[in-house]
Amino acid sequence: MKTIVIGVIGADVHAVGNKIIEYTLNNAGYNVVNIGVLSSQEDFINAAIETNASLILVSSLYGHGEIDCRGMREKCVESGIADILLYVGGNIVVGKQDFGHVEEIFREMGFNRVFAPGTPIDNALGNIQQDLGE
Amino acid sequence: MGNYLLIDFGSTFTKLCAINSEAEDLLGTASDFTTVESDISIGYHKALNKLYEKIGKTIKFDQVIACSSAAGGLKMAAIGLVEELTVEAAKRVCLGAGAKVDLILSHHITKAEVRKIMEEKIDIVLLAGGSDGGNAECVIFNADVLGKMGIKVPVIFAGNKSAQDDVQDIFDKYEMDGYICENVMPKINILNIDSVRDKIREIFLKKIIEAKGIKRIESEIDQVILPTPNAVLEAAILLSKGYLNESGYGDLVVLDIGGATTDMYSICNTTRRSDVLINGLEEPFAKRTVEGDLGMRYSAPGIIKSLTKQEIEYINMEKNVEIEKEVCKRFNDVQSLPQNVHDEFIDQFLAEMCAYRAMHRHCGRIEEVFTPMGVVYNQTGKDLTEIKYVIGTGGVVINSKDQEKILAGTTNILHNKTELRPSHPHFMIDQSYIMASMGLLSQMEPLLALKILKKYIKQIR
Repeated sequence: MKTIVIGVIGADVHAVGNKIIEYTLNNAGYNVVNIGVLSSQEDFINAAIETNASLILVSSLYGHGEIDCRGMREKCVESGIADILLYVGGNIVVGKQDFGHVEEIFREMGFNRVFAPGTPIDNALGNIQQDLGE
Repeated sequence: MGNYLLIDFGSTFTKLCAINSEAEDLLGTASDFTTVESDISIGYHKALNKLYEKIGKTIKFDQVIACSSAAGGLKMAAIGLVEELTVEAAKRVCLGAGAKVDLILSHHITKAEVRKIMEEKIDIVLLAGGSDGGNAECVIFNADVLGKMGIKVPVIFAGNKSAQDDVQDIFDKYEMDGYICENVMPKINILNIDSVRDKIREIFLKKIIEAKGIKRIESEIDQVILPTPNAVLEAAILLSKGYLNESGYGDLVVLDIGGATTDMYSICNTTRRSDVLINGLEEPFAKRTVEGDLGMRYSAPGIIKSLTKQEIEYINMEKNVEIEKEVCKRFNDVQSLPQNVHDEFIDQFLAEMCAYRAMHRHCGRIEEVFTPMGVVYNQTGKDLTEIKYVIGTGGVVINSKDQEKILAGTTNILHNKTELRPSHPHFMIDQSYIMASMGLLSQMEPLLALKILKKYIKQIR
C-alpha cells in the first residue's frame, strides 16, 4: 500500500477540504497520513521520511501558496527524499490569475502536478493512480 | 500487611522510609551517604541504624523494597530517524521510564557514534525509527551498525513494525542482547510509551542493578523494583488521579531539584481549551523532563553557562556576590552543605534559577497566528496554566527558608505570554522526602501510599 502525506500549508486553517481529501484517498486504498492544518514544509517532509511516503499533497486555500511552497523541493533533496512526488492544489495564488502561468511557477518550484482552483479530489485521483502506478 | 521499609538508593544519599500499614502512617525516615563504590550495604546499614535510633527500637520489616538512581542512574541512548518525530518519541519514552538520556542520535548512525555509546557507558540503547509500514531501511541499517561494532549492552528495538523480522535476524546474527517492542511512534505524532517502558523496567531489574553493584544487597532486602525517577512519577500520578474512593489532587506539577539534575513532572492533559490547534508530537499525560545541566552541585556550572557576560555582571552587582566563583566551589565539592547565611543565600538563588529554567523547557508554547480567517491559537507542548498544585521535593527545596520563592520560579514571573506556565497554583512541599518511597509502595498498596502522600505533602504556610 502506497503512502500519501496530506495537509494544509502555512498559516492556513481550512480544514474541510483536507478531510474530504483524506476520505477519498483512504477509500481509494491509500495509506493517508494527514498532518492537518497550519503545517510547515518541515512537517510535511518529516512525516514523509518517517512513513516512507510516495507522494506529498499540499493544500493551500488562502492565497499565500506561492510563498509557503517556495524552497520545498530543495528541502526534500536535502532531506534525502529528492524523488518524492509533490502535488499542490487549492487557491494557491491571490485572485483570478491565468492558471497556465501559475502552473508554470509551481512547476519551476519542483512540483510535479499543480491543480487549478475548484478541482475536485476525485478528478485528481486519476493522476495519483497514474503517477503511483496503481 | 505490617511494616514496610522503602529505600531510595540515590546518587548521593541512601534514604530510608518506614511505614506501618495498620496505622496507615509513617514510622520514621533516615538517610546516609550512598556507598556504591565500596559496598552499598555500608551506607544502608548506617542509615538503618539512624532509623532505629529515631524510632527508638529495632523493627522487623515484613517487606523491604528499593528504588535506585545510584551509580549514575539508568543511562540510555535514544536513536530515531527524524529529530522532531521518532527521535523525540524515543527520548520521551526513556525519560518516562526513569532513565537519563545521555546520547541522542538521528538518521543513519556512524561508527564514531556507536563508539561513543560504548565510551559513555550507556546501560540500554533504545533503537527507534519509522512509523509502522514507513521507513524501514534506516533502522535496519542502524541495527546492523550496532551489531557490527559489537555492542554488548541491551538494545531495545521499538521502530517500524515492518522492520522487526530483519532486526531480529541482525540480533541473532551478531548474538546481541536484543529485545523487540512495539513502535514508540506507530503513526505520525502518536506516542506509544507502555511497551518500551515495561521492557526498560524488566531489563533494569534483571541486568542493570547487578551491573551497578546494587544486586549485592538483595540478600538483605526483597527487591529493587524501579529506577527512582520512575517511582517519583508513579507517586505523582497516584496523587493526581486518586485511588478508589480516596480522591486525588487533579492536575499537578512536581519539581525535584537535585545535585546533578533538575527533574520536572507534569500530570495533566495537553490542553483544556477547545479553541487551540495542537502541533507536533503527542504529549504524554504523565510527562517527565530532566535537565542534566541544571543542578545544585555537579551541574551548578550549567546554571550560569548560558548567561551572557552582561547578565552575570548584573547578577553579581544586584546580589552582591561572585556567582561564577560560587558555582565552581559547589562543583568542586559536591558533598558540601550550606555552612552559613551566605551559602544558603547562594543555594536559594541557584535553586530559583533551576526552577525557572527547568519549567522554561518543560512547559508548552502558544502563539497567535494571524490568518485571513482571524486570529488562531497554535500550541506546541503542554498547557500548564490551569495546574492546581506545584509540589517541591529534593534537599534544597525542603531545607530552604523561602520555599515559596523557589516554587514560584515555575510560574510566569516574567510575564512571558507565549509560555504556558502554571498561572496561579498552590505550592506544596514534600517535607518528609517521601515521594519516591510512596511511588514504590504504590506498586503494592496504592491506597495506603496515597493516604500517606496526602498526609505528609503539605501546603506551604
